[in-house]
Amino acid sequence: MAAATAAGASLFDPIATVSSGLVVACSVAARAEGVRRGMRLRDAMARCGGLVVHHEDPVRAGGLFEPVVAAVAELLAAVEVVRPGVIVAPASGPARYVGGEDQLAERLIDQLDAHTGVSAQIGVADGFFAAMVAARRGVIVPPGQSAEFLAPLDIRELHHLDAGAGEHAELLDVLWRLGLRTLGAFTTVPERDIASRFGAEGARVHRAARGEERRALSRRRPAPELTVSQTLDPPVDRVDTAGFVARRIAGRLQALLVSHGVSCLRMGIHARTANDENLVRVWRCVQPVSTVAVADQVRWQLEGWLCGGGGMPPPTAGVVELRLEPIDVVEAGRLQLDLVTATDADGRDRAGRALVHVQGLLGFDAVCTPVIDGGRGPVERARLVVWGEQRHRRRAPGAPWPGRLPPLSPVVIPSPSPQGRVVDMTGASVVVSRRCEINAAPHLVQVEGWPPMPVLAWSRPWPVDERWWATDGAVRCARLQVVVDRGPTTGCGTAECPDQLALLVACTGGRWRVEGIYG
Amino acid sequence: MRDATASQRLASLGEVSTAGELAAAREDPATGRVLPVRADIADMLPLGGLSRGSTVAVHGSVALVMALLAEATARGAWAAVVGAPDWGFVAAAELGVALERLAVIPAPGEHLASVIAALIDGMDLVVVGNPEALDASRVRRVMARARQRGTVLLSHGAWPKVDLELRYLSGRWHGMGAGHGYLRRRDMVVEVRGRGAAARSRRVRVVLPTLDPVPAPIPDAAGSGGARGARA
Repeated sequence: MAAATAAGASLFDPIATVSSGLVVACSVAARAEGVRRGMRLRDAMARCGGLVVHHEDPVRAGGLFEPVVAAVAELLAAVEVVRPGVIVAPASGPARYVGGEDQLAERLIDQLDAHTGVSAQIGVADGFFAAMVAARRGVIVPPGQSAEFLAPLDIRELHHLDAGAGEHAELLDVLWRLGLRTLGAFTTVPERDIASRFGAEGARVHRAARGEERRALSRRRPAPELTVSQTLDPPVDRVDTAGFVARRIAGRLQALLVSHGVSCLRMGIHARTANDENLVRVWRCVQPVSTVAVADQVRWQLEGWLCGGGGMPPPTAGVVELRLEPIDVVEAGRLQLDLVTATDADGRDRAGRALVHVQGLLGFDAVCTPVIDGGRGPVERARLVVWGEQRHRRRAPGAPWPGRLPPLSPVVIPSPSPQGRVVDMTGASVVVSRRCEINAAPHLVQVEGWPPMPVLAWSRPWPVDERWWATDGAVRCARLQVVVDRGPTTGCGTAECPDQLALLVACTGGRWRVEGIYG
Repeated sequence: MRDATASQRLASLGEVSTAGELAAAREDPATGRVLPVRADIADMLPLGGLSRGSTVAVHGSVALVMALLAEATARGAWAAVVGAPDWGFVAAAELGVALERLAVIPAPGEHLASVIAALIDGMDLVVVGNPEALDASRVRRVMARARQRGTVLLSHGAWPKVDLELRYLSGRWHGMGAGHGYLRRRDMVVEVRGRGAAARSRRVRVVLPTLDPVPAPIPDAAGSGGARGARA
């Protein structure tokens, strides 16, 4: 019902959430009209004319469900979220603590009502499947009586096995047609026969119908505390002292990570001064994490800050607290480290450390690496990606881009583009028509700040008409390569060795600008 | 016989290498004394490549700087470009630079000297796009550090007391006519002036950038045809 809450509709309306044409969840009012989970949307709308349909959005549902989970986790340990809307937890411990399963159910309902305002149905039984069925009915089944509880129920309740993913739909269909319409009738058939006819799946379903399902709960363990902090007394305001401190604290962090058998992909370095100024940077860690690398990163960040680099004002007092916080902690065994040759890795390590040093001096965004992306013009094709981030491409470079400029690309792309004029013999501005033809031969290129240059050769225009459907972001221009005579230079621009300059000019709405300079 | 055993004894000392080894060492960018350069511009340089620890100043042509980076980065060396916010790296990729081993620091600001020093420690090639922003006193220190670490410094602009100076003189573009075609090739004339072995300046014709595969450049006898640098 997250969709309904998000959409602001009242919960008393008939609402259904669909995913790929099948109903995934429905409200109480819809259920009263006959809409069921797993039903096709067409059938659901036939049964309930005023059905409001939302598309399933697990992210939204998960987000809205999180406070409920937090509230339940205060009372029950080892909570497992099956899907947004369903929580499973072992009941024996908490029930003993509060003095009975009824009291536990009452406490849960009160807790949820108080903290989140959500009303819940609670069911207790042996085994996961029986508990799910009991929850739908709001029943507490005494221990050992799950089989009797399940026996008179319709066999189609087994759709709820495995969080209702619909995996057993075929099996249940066959069972229905064989005449086994209730769970009790199903359990009277020996498990051996079911297993020989339907295989392991059938055996599992049979065990669940008996209330003897063996399914361990995957518990939410609280994350181990991996943050390391160090108070610095006296306050550090010199770079070499920062280096000592960095090494000590990096050693402690490394020992902690190793003892837990985990590694971190990113790390946050927090530094606080006596006057409560804070500097926080998140770094991507080079794998495998080593004390030296961490110490260097800490030292460069402090060095950059103390010397006033990185766009941040230098601190007015010494650093009194240093804290290292691993983010994105993964189990060490899960990391796949690349096997690289020894020389390659050496070069990459040295280069990486030098670049991280520069990032400490200038700031994280100051160091980039170019990535060739898809696109038509030279500007969008070479994108600068911050060092340390993934070199991913936004658009496919290999795809056909009609209107893309041919291979020789300009080496200098002045920013901002100098405005200018391209004029023909009479002095009138050259115009590119809608059909991408120049109306007259260009004769002179006049760019602000440069002397006028006679045109020696020019190409046919390349039209660009991008994103014509967008009100902003639409690009419509025509590009032209021109070769101009630069005239005598300080070198030797004489008749024997003329000095020619090649430019990429673009015309938008009759106005010309220089987009690139070749050579 | 005696010569053979004498040279074997020398070679076994470890610090002495034969002429053949010197030539072979050029191939490995990780340990070689000379970083490799594209074949069509290698003849322009004494030693046929970029000597580690040296400083090269290039005037007037960004494509020439990118071409000098191309072969070395393709073979595994790491390069950084500082202070060049306007350069187009699609052209660098076309000239053969391996972009995954190229770092770009477009705006070093007032920390230019410290940034160059930090980069010299880890990179094999450092390109300075705005050398005019560097103080004269820092220049000497930076060059000394580069020489010690074996990093090649490439400067796009004037740099005092460089080991090698390449100056673009003139160029002619081919491939386009009046309203048809597109840029295919530029023939340019470069003046090469060095120190030591290549002290006299000479003019070389280079075809760069180009789409067509180009045969070896024609050595130009115009101007002062100086002695070529010693090649192993």
